[in-house]
Formats: sequence, C-alpha cells, structure tokens
Amino acid sequence: MTQSLEVRGLAYAYPDGHQALYGIDLTVGRGERVALLGPNGAGKTTFILHLNGILHGGAGTVTVAGLDVRPGERDSLREIRRRVGVVFQDPDDQLFMPTVRDDVAFGPANLGLRGAELDARVTEALEAVGMTGVADRPPHHLSFGQRRRVAVATVLAMRPEILVLDEPTSNLDPASRRELADILRSLDVTLLLVTHDLPYALELCERSVVLSGGSIVADGPTPEVLSDEDLLRRHRLELPFGFDPRPVRPA
Amino acid sequence: MSSAHSHLLYRHGDSILHRLPAHAKLLALVGFMLVVVATPRDRYLAFAGYAVLLAFVAVAADVPFKFIATRMVVEAPFVVFAVLLPVISTGPRVDVLGLSLSEDGLLAGWNILAKGTLGVVAAILLAATTDARDMLIGLQRLRLPARLVEIAAFMVRYADVVVADMQRMRIARESRAFEGRRLGRLRVVAQSAGALFIRSYERGERVHLAMLSRGYAGAMPLVGHAPVARRAWVSVATLPLAAVGVAVVSGWFA
Amino acid sequence: MHVPDGFLDAPTSVATGAVAAAGIAVALSKAREELDERTAPLAGLTAAFVFAGQMINFPVGVGTSGHLMGGALAAVLVGPWTAVLVMSVVLMIQSLLFADGGLTALGTNITLIGIATVAAGWLVTRALLAVLPRRPASVVPAAAVAAFVSVPAAAAVFVLLFSAGGQASLPFGPLLGTMLGWHLLIGIGEALITGLTVSAVVAVRPDLVYAARDLRPTLKLRQADGTLINAAPSPAGTGRTDDHAGSRVGLRAVLAGGALAAALIAGVLSFLASGSPDGLERVAESEGFADSARDHAFGNFALADYGEIGGIPVGLAGLLGVVVTVIIGLAVFRFVRRRTDREENVSA
Repeated sequence: MTQSLEVRGLAYAYPDGHQALYGIDLTVGRGERVALLGPNGAGKTTFILHLNGILHGGAGTVTVAGLDVRPGERDSLREIRRRVGVVFQDPDDQLFMPTVRDDVAFGPANLGLRGAELDARVTEALEAVGMTGVADRPPHHLSFGQRRRVAVATVLAMRPEILVLDEPTSNLDPASRRELADILRSLDVTLLLVTHDLPYALELCERSVVLSGGSIVADGPTPEVLSDEDLLRRHRLELPFGFDPRPVRPA
Repeated sequence: MSSAHSHLLYRHGDSILHRLPAHAKLLALVGFMLVVVATPRDRYLAFAGYAVLLAFVAVAADVPFKFIATRMVVEAPFVVFAVLLPVISTGPRVDVLGLSLSEDGLLAGWNILAKGTLGVVAAILLAATTDARDMLIGLQRLRLPARLVEIAAFMVRYADVVVADMQRMRIARESRAFEGRRLGRLRVVAQSAGALFIRSYERGERVHLAMLSRGYAGAMPLVGHAPVARRAWVSVATLPLAAVGVAVVSGWFA
Repeated sequence: MHVPDGFLDAPTSVATGAVAAAGIAVALSKAREELDERTAPLAGLTAAFVFAGQMINFPVGVGTSGHLMGGALAAVLVGPWTAVLVMSVVLMIQSLLFADGGLTALGTNITLIGIATVAAGWLVTRALLAVLPRRPASVVPAAAVAAFVSVPAAAAVFVLLFSAGGQASLPFGPLLGTMLGWHLLIGIGEALITGLTVSAVVAVRPDLVYAARDLRPTLKLRQADGTLINAAPSPAGTGRTDDHAGSRVGLRAVLAGGALAAALIAGVLSFLASGSPDGLERVAESEGFADSARDHAFGNFALADYGEIGGIPVGLAGLLGVVVTVIIGLAVFRFVRRRTDREENVSA
C-alpha cells in the first residue's frame, strides 16, 4: 500500500546560512494520525513547508502518496498541493478574500472547478466544519475560533489526502478546542498535527514524533513518548500540571 | 514628481461613469485621446470643443471641477517645458509683449499644453470613477498578459503598505527632530528604504505561502463575469465619436 | 519626467509603442526563466517600491529637482526581464490611476523609463560583477554605478526621440548637453538611493536580490549522521542551471556594456560635433536662428525629412552605424557562446 508520506534524508538551510533540518526520515501510512512535537525553533514549520514543495533546494526527498515533490514541475506541484492540505498557524494569513465563501472557493477554483460543482464543494467543506451560517460574511468579522475553522474549511475544500495542521489549538478557548477536536476526529484523512498541546496530541493521535534541533529524536506510540519524562525535559516539552498520560485512553 | 501620487484619484460615487465597466471606459478614453493627439495644433476650435466634451463627461461623472483642478498638479513639469519652448526654440522670432519668442516654439508649446492637459483631465476622470480592483479586472478583460495583471495586483496590494510605512517612518524621523537636507536626508531615507523593502516582503510572504498552498498559480480565478450590455458600449462610444465630430467640424472653420 | 499625450508626433509615438510592445513581449517569455512562483509578489513589491520611490524628490542644482527612476534598482532586485515588466506595470498604473503620463504616450514612457534604464542598468551591473570579487556585497557598487549610468542613458534616448518627433526646433547640441548634464546630477541621487537600498536588502535577505544569485557561497548541509554535503543552489528564482556559464556571460556582458558606452559616446559626440558649429553660428547672430540655417540643413542630407533640426542626419547616421555594429557584435558573441556551450556539453 502506498504510504501517505515518505520523507528521506531531508536537510535544509535558509539563505542566510542557518541550517534548520539535519536529515529527517519519516514515513506516515494512510489514515494514520501523527503528532509532530517539539520546542520552538525545532524546525517544524520548515519541515511542513517541504511537504507541499514551497521550500526546496536542500537535500533529501519527499514523496506524497507516491508522487515525488519536485519543485520545477508545475503540474505535479499542483496535484501535490491538492493532496497535502496545510493549515497554517495564523488564520489571518490564510483568509484574504472578501467573504468566507470566496475564501473556501479559492482553492478548488484554482484546481479548475466552476459553477454548481464549485458551489457544492464549498458547501461540503463548510458543513464539515460547521460554518455554513457565516458563508457570506467577511472573515475578519468572525471570532478567532470561527476563523480557525474557516481556515480548515479552505483546505478541506481541496479534498486533501493528508491534512497538516500547524498549532491548531493555539489561542482557542476550551469550547472551540473541543469543537475542533470533534471535527478532526470525524474526517477521513491522514493527519499530521504539529503542536505543543500534548493532551491534544494524546487525544487525537496514536503516534507521536519529536522533532528537536532539526532532527527526529523520538518516534513511537503517543502514550509511551509522553511518559518518557527524561525525553520531554531534554527537548523543552512539558506536560500540563497534574496531567498523567498513562491512564488516559487515546482516541 | 509631487505628492499627488500618494493619493489615489478615486472618488466614491454612483454616477453613470462609475457604473460603466472599466475596460469600456478605458477604450473610450484611448479613442478620445487618439483623436485629440492627431489633431493639428492650429485647430484651436477643435481643442475648445474637446474641452467642452470633457466638461460634459465631468458632469456625467459627478466630479466637481475643483477636484479636477487641484489634481492637475501632476502636469506641472511639462507645463514648465511648454513655457520654456518659445524661449529656447530656434526659427523665426515673433514679438510678444516685448519678448522675442520663437514662433515655432510658441506653437509647439501650445501643442504640448493643450494635448497634455486634455490628456491629464481625461485620465483624472477615468481614475476618479474607477477603483483599482475594477481597473485590474478591466485590464484582464482587455487581454493584458496575465503576468502583467498579476504583478499589477500585487503592486496595488503592496503600494498601500509601502506608502503608509514611508509616511510613518517620515513622521517618526521628524518627531526626532530630523530635518532632511539634501544628501544627508537622502542617505537616511535610502537606508530605511532597504529595511522597509524586506519588512514589506516578509509580511506579504506569509499570505503568499498560504495562497500557494491552495494551488494559486498566478491568476486570480475569474469567477462570474457579467457580459457588458450593448447600452453601455453605446454610451461609452459617444465620447470618441463626438471628438471625431468636433475635429471634422473644426476643420470646416480652419 | 513622464511624457504627456501629444508630446511626440504620431510616427514616433507609434514607433515607440511598437518598441515597447516588442520589449514587453520578449520580457514576458524571458521572465519565465527568472521567476519562480514566489517572485511574482516580489515583482509586485518592487513595483510598489519603485512607485513609492518616484515620489522622493531630491534637489538638483538651483530650483530644480529630480526623482528616482528605479529601472536599475528593479533590474538588480528581480532580474532584467522581470524588471521591464515591473517598470511597465508601474508606468501603466501611474497613467491609469494617477493621471501621470499620457495614455497615448505609454509606449514612449515604457521605452524610456522601462526599457532604456533597465537595459543600461543591467548591462553595467553584469559588466561590473564580472570584474568585482565574487561576493554578494559586490552587488552594491555595481548597482550604484549602474543606476548612475541608467539615468543619462534614458535622457539620451529621450533626446533622440525628441529630435525625431518633437515637433519643435531646438538647437540640438545644447539640448543634449543640458539634458545629459542635468541627468548626470540626477544619476548621482539615483545611484545613492539604489546602492543604499540594495545594500540593506543584500545584507539580510540576499535571496531577494536577483543580481546576487550567483555570488552566494554554496551552502553546506550537515546530515543526520554528521557528514557534510552541498545544498543545491536555491535563490529567489532561477529555473536555469547555467551557473557554469557565469564567467563567459560576464565577458559577453563586459563587451555589451562597453559597446553600449561606445554607442552613447559616438552618438553624443557626433551630435555635438555636428551641432556645435551650427550652434555657435546661430548664437553668434543676435536675433537667434536664421532661415538660412534651415535651408542649409535641408539641402545637404539624405535624411532631410527630419530636416528642421540641423545636424541630426549626420548624428543619426552615426548612431545607427554604432547600433548596427553592437547588434552584430552581440550576435557574434551569442553564436560563439552557444558553440562553446555545445562543445562543453559534449565533452562533459
């Protein structure tokens, strides 16, 4: 069975010379839910930007659902960007159209959808996140949690195979956090969750990978990774006060 | 140039001209100007006629004459040139108010002044009734190469950011008692220019990454464009046709 | 100064329109090699920047001021072909949304401020980079000098256009002299602004400076097992991989840059040479300019149709001759380069 994601030997340095990734190997199977944990500056966002071909030029290969990410080839890049849906940390970076409907339609329109088919796709995505009621409002009039969900919808509208979320729970109130978790659980996609929110990782992802200093330092079932106090401490990860990962049944 | 640049000429409104599609207005404007520019410079009547036509357009566009007058500052440089021409041109001289001026230069100066001014007024009328986004859509409908429209779209988006930042930086400098003088001022402005460039780019870069991630490949998808009604084309064509009429009629009196 | 409507006569306007359209068409196809998907917003930002920069006035001499043109800056930041597109967009937006520059004169303005400045600026940049040390910082003096040259180069083209279609009889030599002199001063301001801006950008984000793309040292990557390898060069945008051609392109650019300078000088000198005796004669007459001088111009030269401006035909012919030589020279070099490329590929 083709893996959803295969990364081999990925290394990358920014133009000013600062190296961010030191040779990453990662394989994610179809339908898996993986949490990517790590401290600030570990290289998580840099890593994500390689998955859809935005960053390139270092060493190593990235293969998405059997398709190699090759930056020069326009057509395959478009297909890869359909397959890998990235939801960035700041929803305001992703909502740039006059209405919610326009924003959700942007992605599928770039893929060539028009007319009734486009409308149906937009409705489908908005329903998945429970935001059909605000379709004709400008995004900046929505609450932060609502903007987060709309941002997820803009990516879902492209029917991706892998959904990558960068810090999805940052700045969310507990109720919104709960709503987002329900949505993510209901989706039939491979999930890569980049987060500091360790309980969230435990709740949603059966597998966790720790990225620190540009390399992968741990890769295993989430309860095991989170129970390794030594590992967590070494890489500036901390469980919330009083939280014990072992008795909690993961999703 | 003067600071007339920093203020978009657009004037919000709901006149006939505001409602016409940008590409139609643009074509009408170009047609009008072609007639103006082709008119021989000694057909004084024709130029008067053109001015009258533009006055009608200004009324139809709901644009007050004062608005136009204050924004004509942009033509100052070529006015200076037009005024200098009679003085520095060669050719037979003519006495005007005690000054010996070149006859050819006078005609040439008049030519530049008349045609240039008509061009500026017409352009002001177009810009006052068309906002940036509609103008870009108009250019896209006129089949301007997609790459150019894309760069123009980003330019318009960034222009606000850059100009606003420049003003803010100027205020910050002057609040710290900086009095720009010649070369010294230039150096400070230029050094902050580089930082401004990077800051603006990085701000836009994040949004652009999000756009790329959703498959953006250079053209804003054109979703739903109403075809232009014939009535609109007719009303838009009246301007260049009237100009042709003026040119022909003035020929009879030349 | 942006040229207004009706400034130049119809044939010249149409000719510059054709030049502009051709220039843009070529730039569109070549720019694809310069731009990757991330550089379009960079081009838009550069356009916004040039637009904002043209608002900066600096004093030049007594009572007059000049402003930034930006062609050389654009060329250094986004590459020459994209720069032509950037400048064309700036001029288009200025004339459509700001009533600055006649719509019917767009071709002229693009030829002057879009193409002439970019061409001169880029050629000089490449020529200098070929001889300066191979470091990103070298782009700064190269850009500054390029900016300085680009302004009088545009002025010279302006004078040429005006002489062909200016509908006014101006004494040629003095006009050229004044324009060049004034624009050399403006060039100093342009050089300063361009140099300082480029220096600030190249210090922090060298990947945003097209002209520096071949000058950065290859990054070394440390793998997970500790070994060091080379990273592939990934600058702001090249689809091409002809880094090996760096030195040869440099030579060609040096020659092209030199040829351009030669053309300018030849054109200028021949104009001045033909203009000045007439100019002196004319100035000597207290009334200014006599009819006899005009008949004289009409009588002697084959290109007498341009005739009311004395001295042009000689100069024009001289300039045309140099231009033809330059074109032939460039063609020869391109041919040689392609031959050598093929030989290299065969032997590689």
